[in-house]
Amino acid sequence: MRRPGLAAAIVATLLPGPVGADALAGQSVQQPTNWTAILMFAAFALLTLGITRRAAQRTRTVGDFYTAGGGITGFQNGLAIAGDFMSAASFLGISAQIFADGYDGLIYSIGFLVGWPIILFLMAERLRNLGRYTFADVASFRFAQAPVRSFAAVSTLTVVLFYLIAQMVGAGQLIKLLFGLRYEYAVVIVGVLMTLYVLFGGMTATTWVQIVKAVLLLGSATFMALVVLWQFGFSFEALFARAVAVKSGLAAAAGADPAEAAARGRSIMGPGNFIKDPVSAVSFGLALMFGTAGLPHILMRFFTVPDARAARKSVLWATGWIGYFYLLTFIIGFGAIVLVATAPRYLDPAGGLLGGGNMAAIHLAHAVGGDLFLGFISAVAFATILAVVAGLTLSGASAISHDLYATVLRRGAADPAAELRVSRRTVLVLAVVAILLGIIFEKQNVAFMVSLAFAVAASGNFPVLLLSLFWKGCTTRGVVAGGTLGLVLAVVLTVLSPAVWEKILDYPAAIFPYSSPAIFSMPAAFLTIWLVSLLDRSGRAAVDRGGYPAQQVRAETGIGAARASSH
Amino acid sequence: MDDAEAARVAADPRYRELVRRRELFTWTLTAVMLIAYLSFILLIAFDKALLARPIGAGVTSVGIVAGFAVIVLAIVLTAIYVRGAARDFDPLVEAVRAEHDA
Repeated sequence: MRRPGLAAAIVATLLPGPVGADALAGQSVQQPTNWTAILMFAAFALLTLGITRRAAQRTRTVGDFYTAGGGITGFQNGLAIAGDFMSAASFLGISAQIFADGYDGLIYSIGFLVGWPIILFLMAERLRNLGRYTFADVASFRFAQAPVRSFAAVSTLTVVLFYLIAQMVGAGQLIKLLFGLRYEYAVVIVGVLMTLYVLFGGMTATTWVQIVKAVLLLGSATFMALVVLWQFGFSFEALFARAVAVKSGLAAAAGADPAEAAARGRSIMGPGNFIKDPVSAVSFGLALMFGTAGLPHILMRFFTVPDARAARKSVLWATGWIGYFYLLTFIIGFGAIVLVATAPRYLDPAGGLLGGGNMAAIHLAHAVGGDLFLGFISAVAFATILAVVAGLTLSGASAISHDLYATVLRRGAADPAAELRVSRRTVLVLAVVAILLGIIFEKQNVAFMVSLAFAVAASGNFPVLLLSLFWKGCTTRGVVAGGTLGLVLAVVLTVLSPAVWEKILDYPAAIFPYSSPAIFSMPAAFLTIWLVSLLDRSGRAAVDRGGYPAQQVRAETGIGAARASSH
Repeated sequence: MDDAEAARVAADPRYRELVRRRELFTWTLTAVMLIAYLSFILLIAFDKALLARPIGAGVTSVGIVAGFAVIVLAIVLTAIYVRGAARDFDPLVEAVRAEHDA
């Protein structure tokens, strides 16, 4: 059904793990220039630049820049988190996977969602009470600042850079396909807009870009799902039955005998070849679940609200919106089977989707709303990437300016104006690096990068945060040793896994045969932190352990926590 | 906040009750979510046929219901925590703060 290559590239670049590892067999083909989409996107750019202009007038202090002065409400933050999290991968990639294989797409959606309750139960309120700008504030709260901050900054930059490259390459491929513009233009447009948002509007502008994008994406996906369901009298069973019939019919037309055709039709109702071995299944599940709870740009969002209560509410809103969005994606994927796979105008002579496997949702947009809605959806898909990269860049910049410059280099005595200056310069540097890497990696298979980012977050940041929050015996040495081991293992095992070893380096058999390292690297990090802390007899270790009661009091009650700045 | 202040808060019975109750609540909900999700993943790993089985006479499978049940569970647990925290923990936090956070 799915033609290899073409825009499978985008699924490959944006989705972590097995789907993404599907190989970047080819590049997306540049389409005729789509002026409707370009005009709609220009309108989005103008709107968000207007917001940035207003935000810039309110962005004066370091706190305004990093966390919008802590003045975002729980509801707004929930939408912004959803906007930060619902990537083009979720929308195009998951609906395309459901279009191709049915049920398997749902497995991804669930993995992405279940991290949120964990964040709420274990972290959200405590993060807000202990930290000000970065998750390193929390991870290093009672420890020696320089080593823990340095680890956190390295791990933040690792996550941010890999995630950023994947988004940039995804943006370039998407824009070639949807707008009919050159790859390099797309990468530069994304880089420049994101720089403007972050540089001038800081967290306020970034938050509002994410909110606008979340509303647009949720609104248009709702419209598509409603039109699809309406055609089936709002009966899921009728929609599924028709999709099974369509898949059976296609299999029969391709030469399968009736029994096999019926089996292939039914196969979209259950798990297929998505997860091959149990170890990969569990490992991948762990990386998705706990990676979410360790992504620095997501954790940073909890410092934008006034207090722990608002932090709590933001997770409830975010989980609700994200869960609702995955329900829509599921309906859209099945809608595409029914409405797109049977319409010759969306298919190439070989029976594949025009423009590649990733176009399922895009073609469905045309099927339900014509040229105008197609342009709108294309613009929304591009806007989606912008919102994600803006959050990533701000998080990367704060790791350099707040963790490395202000805390490690200036030992916490940096002039706030100087810190802000360093942060803004870092944004510029990150933007240039992202644009250059985006162009360099155009023809590379970057599928592994997002899954690597999740694995690093789950194996480095998450164990460090969890144990520093909940275990009194945890020490500086333990955190640095365990966190670093988790980070390094996640990177090394990913390089040795099939996605990199076989598909990029072209070696025959991967040394590490599983699709995700998390099942090994995460427990290794936990064990190392535990063991090293236990054996740590240094003077610093006594200070670390002695600091726990004060940390816990502040984490639980918020006494002494940073307040929202007044506007 | 210095260590002496922290020790005074830590000795407050309301604070101790807050920590004890919140930890129980937190880890219970975490365990429910983990068990539900890992069971789902293990079913995918070891018993794909069960998930693919249709419910009744239609085509809708056990797996679709199970998958959406995990999604709904995630949202419901989140809501339970937010409500429980507002009802049980916020008053305790307020009381402790009123006493110690001048």
